[in-house]
Amino acid sequence: MNSRIIIVNVIRWFLLLFVQIFLLKNMGFYNLSTPFIYVLFLLLLPFGIPNILLYGLAFATGLTLDAFYDTMGVHATACVVLAFVRISFISISLNRDAIDDPEPSLSYMGFQWFSLYAFLCVITHHLVLFFLETFRLTEIGYTLMRCGLSCIFTLLIILLVEFIFYRRTPR
Amino acid sequence: MRNLWIFISRYNAFFLFIIFFTIGIYLTVKNNAYQRSVTLNSSNEVVGTAYERLNVFKRYLNLGMVNDSLAAENAKLKTRLLGLTTVDSAKVVKVIDTVTNQQYSYLAAKVVKNSITLRNNVMTINKGTVDGIKSGMAVIAPQKGVVGFIRDVSAHLATIQSLLHKDTRISVMLKKNHALGSLVWGDGNFDIRKAFVKEVPNHIKMYVGDTVVTSGYGSFPAGILVGKISKPNVATNDNFLSGELNLFTDFSTLQYVYVVKDKLAEEQKALESLAKPNE
Repeated sequence: MNSRIIIVNVIRWFLLLFVQIFLLKNMGFYNLSTPFIYVLFLLLLPFGIPNILLYGLAFATGLTLDAFYDTMGVHATACVVLAFVRISFISISLNRDAIDDPEPSLSYMGFQWFSLYAFLCVITHHLVLFFLETFRLTEIGYTLMRCGLSCIFTLLIILLVEFIFYRRTPR
Repeated sequence: MRNLWIFISRYNAFFLFIIFFTIGIYLTVKNNAYQRSVTLNSSNEVVGTAYERLNVFKRYLNLGMVNDSLAAENAKLKTRLLGLTTVDSAKVVKVIDTVTNQQYSYLAAKVVKNSITLRNNVMTINKGTVDGIKSGMAVIAPQKGVVGFIRDVSAHLATIQSLLHKDTRISVMLKKNHALGSLVWGDGNFDIRKAFVKEVPNHIKMYVGDTVVTSGYGSFPAGILVGKISKPNVATNDNFLSGELNLFTDFSTLQYVYVVKDKLAEEQKALESLAKPNE
């Protein structure tokens, strides 16, 4: 069971980063809306993962993306922030002892919880990402617009992917 | 120590976040040339932008005033032009009068640097020897008021020793009775809106609101408005009176000035130098 989770996550990591780097990197609407689908990997890590491992994975994933995007540290920082939001949101919204689902996916948690979860994580990730990329407040309107549009795009794809791999499970 | 350890491990998510976040920011700033340059220059940029905004804003505030003064100046010049070119309708010959009223000509200049806060203030204008400016020429403000004298001249720039300077003395008179005095600034009072008329003869009566104009004895043309008396008849220890006056010139918003070219200045100087002072 445990090894199955690891294998699934490793495959997911490779798949999402492959799609992100080789497909979505070249996509974008007028340089305004760029989806960052790879955050789905961090969103779908199992509940039981220790914090240090989560941060480590987030940082490593971010660094891998940075290597391909030539933005050393930007994605890594954004992913770490996302990990923090993920931990906070889960600890606030769910009872720690009563979690019996393996991972926070749409199939297990339901549409309402998952969409809020994904929205909060994605928007903080994008905010940090775009502001670190721009690194100044003078273009704040443009940055916020890019951030908002990209956030919508990313969320759309995440929900799409989640619905494609939706498995009806007895709750 | 144990409590601290418990505290840290309970909130490990937050502390780990701080650690990783710091590493991330550090990597970002260290490895990206753009972010590094922004971080290093951000203080400069912030200060610079603030000043730039402030300048634009200030220029806007003064826009109305500058406009008014330009319009008034335009009207003045137009009337002068009409006076110079009179058309004789019988002969249809244009007679250009170059004798009367032509001792002085005026050259507009933009103030590129101004100072009003020092004891001795000097400003810079954007006209120089190329435009025929010489040291010692008088400078007046666009609408009314005096500014000072030309001090040093380079090819395209000149400095003005403004009225707000300890060495500046301008010969003035009371408009109503032509009593002479000299205009100085900054005797124990460094308000840029006030100056003093000194050395007015003792028998002259000054009143609040009396207009002070230039006498025409220096490089200034006669009759240029200087200010209005606000505190008359200040007794001094000698045989003269002093008076405080409110200047018409607003040195803090000065953007354009007129340099007065006196055509007869050199002639006058040459003539006067013939009479040796101690003969």
